[in-house]
Amino acid sequence: MDAESLLLALELASGSGQGLSPDRRASLLTSLMLVKRDYRFDRVLFWGRILGLVADYYIAQGVSEDQLAPRKTLYSLNCMEWSLLPPATKEMETQTSVVKGRFMGDPSHEYEHTELQKVNEGEKVFEEEVVVQIKEETRLVSVIDQIDKAVAVIPRGALFKTPFGPINVNRTFEGLSLSEAKKLSSYFHFREPVELKNKTLLEKAELDPSLDFMDSLEHDIPKGSWSVQMERGNALVVLRSLLWPGLTFYHAPRTKNYGYIYVGTGEKNLDLPFML
Amino acid sequence: MDNKYKVITAKVSDRAEYEHLANLLTKILNQRPEDPLFLLESLNRTTQWEWFHPKLDTLRDDPEMQPTYEMAERQKALFGRSGSGEGEQEMEEETAETAVPNIMEKAFYFEQAGVGLSSDESFRVFMALKQLVEQQPIHTCRFWGKILGLSRSYLVAEVEFREGEEEAEGEEVEEMTEGGEGMEAHGEEEGDEDEDQATDVIPKPTWKPPPVIPKEDSRTGTNRYLYFVCNEPGRPWMRLPHVTPIQIVQARKIRKFFTGYLDAPVIIISYPPFPGNEANYLRAQIARISAATHISPLGFYQFGEEEGDEEEEGGAGRDSYEENPDFEGIPVLELVDSMANWVHHTQHILPQVTDGRKEERLRVGEQSEDVNADFHESGACRPSSEPWFKLMANVEGESQRHPCQGPSGLMPLRTGEIMHMAPWTARLSCTLSPQYSVAVVRSNLWPGAYAYASGKKFENIYIGWGHKYSPENFNPSLPAPIQHEYPSGPDTIEMSDPTVEEEQALKAAQEQALAAAEEEEEDEEEDEDEDQDD
Repeated sequence: MDAESLLLALELASGSGQGLSPDRRASLLTSLMLVKRDYRFDRVLFWGRILGLVADYYIAQGVSEDQLAPRKTLYSLNCMEWSLLPPATKEMETQTSVVKGRFMGDPSHEYEHTELQKVNEGEKVFEEEVVVQIKEETRLVSVIDQIDKAVAVIPRGALFKTPFGPINVNRTFEGLSLSEAKKLSSYFHFREPVELKNKTLLEKAELDPSLDFMDSLEHDIPKGSWSVQMERGNALVVLRSLLWPGLTFYHAPRTKNYGYIYVGTGEKNLDLPFML
Repeated sequence: MDNKYKVITAKVSDRAEYEHLANLLTKILNQRPEDPLFLLESLNRTTQWEWFHPKLDTLRDDPEMQPTYEMAERQKALFGRSGSGEGEQEMEEETAETAVPNIMEKAFYFEQAGVGLSSDESFRVFMALKQLVEQQPIHTCRFWGKILGLSRSYLVAEVEFREGEEEAEGEEVEEMTEGGEGMEAHGEEEGDEDEDQATDVIPKPTWKPPPVIPKEDSRTGTNRYLYFVCNEPGRPWMRLPHVTPIQIVQARKIRKFFTGYLDAPVIIISYPPFPGNEANYLRAQIARISAATHISPLGFYQFGEEEGDEEEEGGAGRDSYEENPDFEGIPVLELVDSMANWVHHTQHILPQVTDGRKEERLRVGEQSEDVNADFHESGACRPSSEPWFKLMANVEGESQRHPCQGPSGLMPLRTGEIMHMAPWTARLSCTLSPQYSVAVVRSNLWPGAYAYASGKKFENIYIGWGHKYSPENFNPSLPAPIQHEYPSGPDTIEMSDPTVEEEQALKAAQEQALAAAEEEEEDEEEDEDEDQDD
């Protein structure tokens, strides 16, 4: 959610039950403004909160001029001092996929994982148990990246693409209509498109290239991994992800207000197929 | 102007741009401003805006917004007062004690912890609870929390009816099911008789369904409180049925999202099949969450004093707890430091469901206090002697006292690790101002369960999906082993059915025999006729 409309955004996203306490809100408002100045971001988004056993991580993301360029992620433990996280790599993802359980809340905490590795010693090849240390910071980076790639949502029409390349915020976006707001096809993943090129030419002919340049949520696997609800007496549409429980996307139809926030334990819900 | 228009249409190929330009030029042609080139830029912006923002019709209501308006009307009714024009008398009545709790105060404290619905939503919940209290004979009422669902969510209220006002709905349903069982038994007997008369006696199955363990009485154990749910403030409140032991056992084995419709035939696809629909599953999860996560500061509740031995059966002392008027509050820092200052004030649910009596003695429909519906959640300490709560190995009549009982008899929270983590996380709501902050406790086993305590006040709430946390993947139960086939004995031998060729051969042989018999008859008749003729 945009740091500029933080208070309204938190109010609208509160249907999921988790929000921020007043002191955190106050500290966020001031500190995010400073972050925007220091890092020269175009927009700063408050991404959410990952609940750890000992402490919680507050995550913010900075967006540059091109909205779809990789965003910079910062974390803080007290909403005042922010530290930049390294960008996520494939190796990090494979490394941290073995770690299970809750986050600790301490960025320097190390998870231990024993692995069997083949060790070559001259001509002999034998397997040795190696204890691999994985830092919590790495895990944090890769989890945030996975969540972003999987479930960060933006409504159709909020961004538009210019023929020169960069993606801009659409200042004339006035919100989706009610009938559109209930359909999953009016929401896109806020990331580089992956499935778009697989569409048939017939489907592509109906798309508007300036608006439909991202994957829509309609074809997400498993089907039904999004819960679409109307709250506040039909005045707010809330999308909740079931794959990463804790991600809430809200949008007030016919207004400019939209945003998403993640407040959760940072664990994927692998039991989803059983639960639907 | 027209020439320029033609030039532009010739060059433009993109559909959206073309339409935009067409709109823009139509606007210019309609309005005929004096200096169009100067105004082109702003007209461009206006046309763009209109593209995204269709005009509203002033005469008719927008049909799309119909459900929104309906909901708003319904919520407006919530805010209306019942019976107008009584003025002062009404105010006096309302300021007297009502069963409706002070939701706004609790919402404020939870907000300090970063939990809860927004303040206007909390106020709507408050009005909805007020409506519930007016409609039903309620003694105490509490906002239990919110359970999220796929299409709709549930707001749950925990109520206790006034003495003697227990509605007969639940009982009627029970009677019907008992009557139904009687009917079925009768039907079976009749069927058996018919079968006896048939030539082939179908062997009677030796399988008897396991005896139905009756649920706990209202106001005791897991059925102590009654739960009402509604989807949104303004919608009618619906009552949830009482929970039965078998439902809790099954609810532990499955993991399903709630859809938001109470009569959904949930869990058709689940194995083992859940005995009930979504309302029952919801109630079972509410029971589990309440048993596992309702905690209070030590000393807030005390047991009512009862004379007589606690080991006596039939003693209801342990069942009821009441507020301790001498409770002075525990300092917030102490509450956060150690979890020993918190206790569970609800009974726990045992993992096994038994009835300690021998099967012969158990009759359907009997509900005495000796019947054991034992409950206990695996993560908690074992409760002490209770006519209701006996350990599985116990013979009835024996009672045990567990050493780790708190002084008031309430169970302290379990320390140590479950699933490699502490089951509770306690924190101050605001580290910057510790003198005014609130102690907040968060459950790690049931994500979404929170409790706060400050001074003499405390409260529990649950907002979440309604599932227990497990770091391991969910393993559904495997189907039951294949049952044995009926053994071949002297009475029943398994034979293979005759093949088509054999049947045809048999048929041909029969036809031949028939034809031969007919010929013989004809011959005889002819002979007879001949004889007669003669």
